[in-house]
Amino acid sequence: MKHRLGIWFFLGSEIAVFGGLIACYLLYRFRHPEWGLQAVHTLTGIGAINTVVLLTSSLTMILAHWFVEEDNFKSAANYLGMTILLGIVFLLFKSYEYHHEINQGLVPTKSLFWGFYYLMTGLHALHVIGGLVANGIIWTGLRKGFSTHRIESVGIYWHFVDVVWIFLFPLLYIASSGGAQ
Amino acid sequence: MAIIGGYLAYLFRYQLAFPNEPVPGYGLVGPDQYNSFVTMHGTIMVFWVAMPILLSGFGNFLLPLMIGAGDMAFPRLNMTSYWVFFLSTVVLLLSFFVPGGSFSGGWTIYPPLSASPGYTGVIWGGHLWILAVALEFTSMLMGGINFLTTTVAMRAKGMGLFRLPIFVWMINIASILFMFSVGPLIAGAFMLLADRLFDVGFYLPASGGDPLLFQHLFWFFGHPEVYVLLLPALGIIAEIFPVFSRKPLFGYRTIIYSTLVAGLLSFIVWAHHQFISGIDPRLAAPFSVTTILISVPFAITLFAFIATLWRGSIRLTTSMLFALGMLAEFLVGGVTGIFNGSTAADIYIHDTLFVVAHFHYTLFPVTFIATFAGIYYWYPKMFGRFMNETWGKVHFWITIIGFNAVFLPMFAFGLAGHQRRIFDPTLFDYLQPYQYLHVIATVGLIVMLAGQIPFIINFFASLSRGKVVDRNPWLANTLEWLAPSPPGHGNFDQEPVVQRGPYEYSHPLLKERDWISQGEL
Repeated sequence: MKHRLGIWFFLGSEIAVFGGLIACYLLYRFRHPEWGLQAVHTLTGIGAINTVVLLTSSLTMILAHWFVEEDNFKSAANYLGMTILLGIVFLLFKSYEYHHEINQGLVPTKSLFWGFYYLMTGLHALHVIGGLVANGIIWTGLRKGFSTHRIESVGIYWHFVDVVWIFLFPLLYIASSGGAQ
Repeated sequence: MAIIGGYLAYLFRYQLAFPNEPVPGYGLVGPDQYNSFVTMHGTIMVFWVAMPILLSGFGNFLLPLMIGAGDMAFPRLNMTSYWVFFLSTVVLLLSFFVPGGSFSGGWTIYPPLSASPGYTGVIWGGHLWILAVALEFTSMLMGGINFLTTTVAMRAKGMGLFRLPIFVWMINIASILFMFSVGPLIAGAFMLLADRLFDVGFYLPASGGDPLLFQHLFWFFGHPEVYVLLLPALGIIAEIFPVFSRKPLFGYRTIIYSTLVAGLLSFIVWAHHQFISGIDPRLAAPFSVTTILISVPFAITLFAFIATLWRGSIRLTTSMLFALGMLAEFLVGGVTGIFNGSTAADIYIHDTLFVVAHFHYTLFPVTFIATFAGIYYWYPKMFGRFMNETWGKVHFWITIIGFNAVFLPMFAFGLAGHQRRIFDPTLFDYLQPYQYLHVIATVGLIVMLAGQIPFIINFFASLSRGKVVDRNPWLANTLEWLAPSPPGHGNFDQEPVVQRGPYEYSHPLLKERDWISQGEL
């Protein structure tokens, strides 16, 4: 009860942070239709793969939680391990994107769109890293056989990180107007 | 931190009264330093004095006691938040010693002045400022999560939501306001930091950005923040009034409902800070209306306090004096707020000393007078001894007289057109006839600062010399007075079971005494 409440209050404040950023981005986007042309240069394919990766990691997270409730810590640890691996895969793809874009000269100072792109995905990546650390702590606990119901809290947090990505992906990748302007 | 904030105020106040003369105890204050002192005074007083004392200090000590819990819900989170706060203090104080000096763009850190170090010449001071405030907010967020969870999950048996003391309600509403308003500012601060470090230009028109955006983000947080500070202070005096007038609190539920309404309204009033920054007049009208509307729920609360006093047997202890002082001074602040809330008046008095006087008349009673009331009231609970009442009253009168001497003249100054953040007022012909008011204000400030010395001596001397008291020296009803003074680990000897509301004084069925504790059968 206590931990569930705590994590939801925490996520409430997190929603305000990302909500603020997304609201700013949208307001600017309406004022700058030419951003659609710049968004063409984001790697939509890799973004789509990453979306699948993150969604799958949410599935394995739920399975891990389910096995903890079943007192099957070994399977729980395995599924949580898969969540962690998928999180790392997400970050690898993300850093490949950054690498590719920076090589093309698409750096934060290039234009406001790229400023927002790096700020929003960067902040999201930081949250992924934070989630990985929390998952790792729970994972070592599960491996030692501790019954840890805190997995529910980190699970809720992990889903939140997932949901944020589901907002960021269309805003930054899909919503490009390929030469229509 | 309060001492540092007060010292900074003394430095720039002296400069205003006697421009370009060395300040005793410091030396010559230059224009750059003047800006930096004004900025840091505001920052320290709001974020490092008011918030930690009212929310973290009183909240952490009283909230578990008042709801009959052994401890906060997450003790380790509590410890973390304390150390994060400590770290933020270190970072902020460091900024005084880095090359370029501390931040000097005003405590509202408006871009473009703050977005590019080129404007103020302050590089590291600004980065450290943002870092320190971010750490401080993180610490406060942890605290807020802890307060809310503790109140929801750890109330003693029988402690229904409408048996909670007003202070607990206020702390929780304040935490909710803080949690849901600070997010956009954190996002905005990230953008500001990106501007400062990498020249992205989120707020620079040259690269397609808009400095007004930051004002929106800042005040969407900044205005609710005022109520984050105000509510715990109102909570403190709501605890004190019934005890020292021996009457039930008038309109208990009404106060809670009207505070909730005020909390909701506080999210839709922010743009009254921007009436002269070029927002559309059609937008200004609704913000003006909601701003004036928000005075209604607070008026209800204040009238409920006055009704509590009416025909009570009032005991003028030091804490009661401070609580009454808070009510009186805050009324001045609240009423002058109406002036600022009306677009027409605000266009004239915006950014003048009138506004400075207005917000000091709200924030000083909230931050200091209510805190003193709380300290004199709960000192016996914290340390098991009384503070000296005579010296407390001396402290009260010096503080009140000094405070009014500082800020009453500023209303006149503001109406005369004196802008904020002017380094040397004697440079302006139309202000010179009023220069004597600056001298009065500065003398008032020195009196007020000197008046805190008896308090500090009293506070520490009473630790060993104060009269020893038992658990409930004020004969109060709320649960914290059931615990031993000072409360040990786990707070209570046995878990209390709550039987009734917190303010049942002078009950007709009670024969020998006029109070009955919440936890008594």
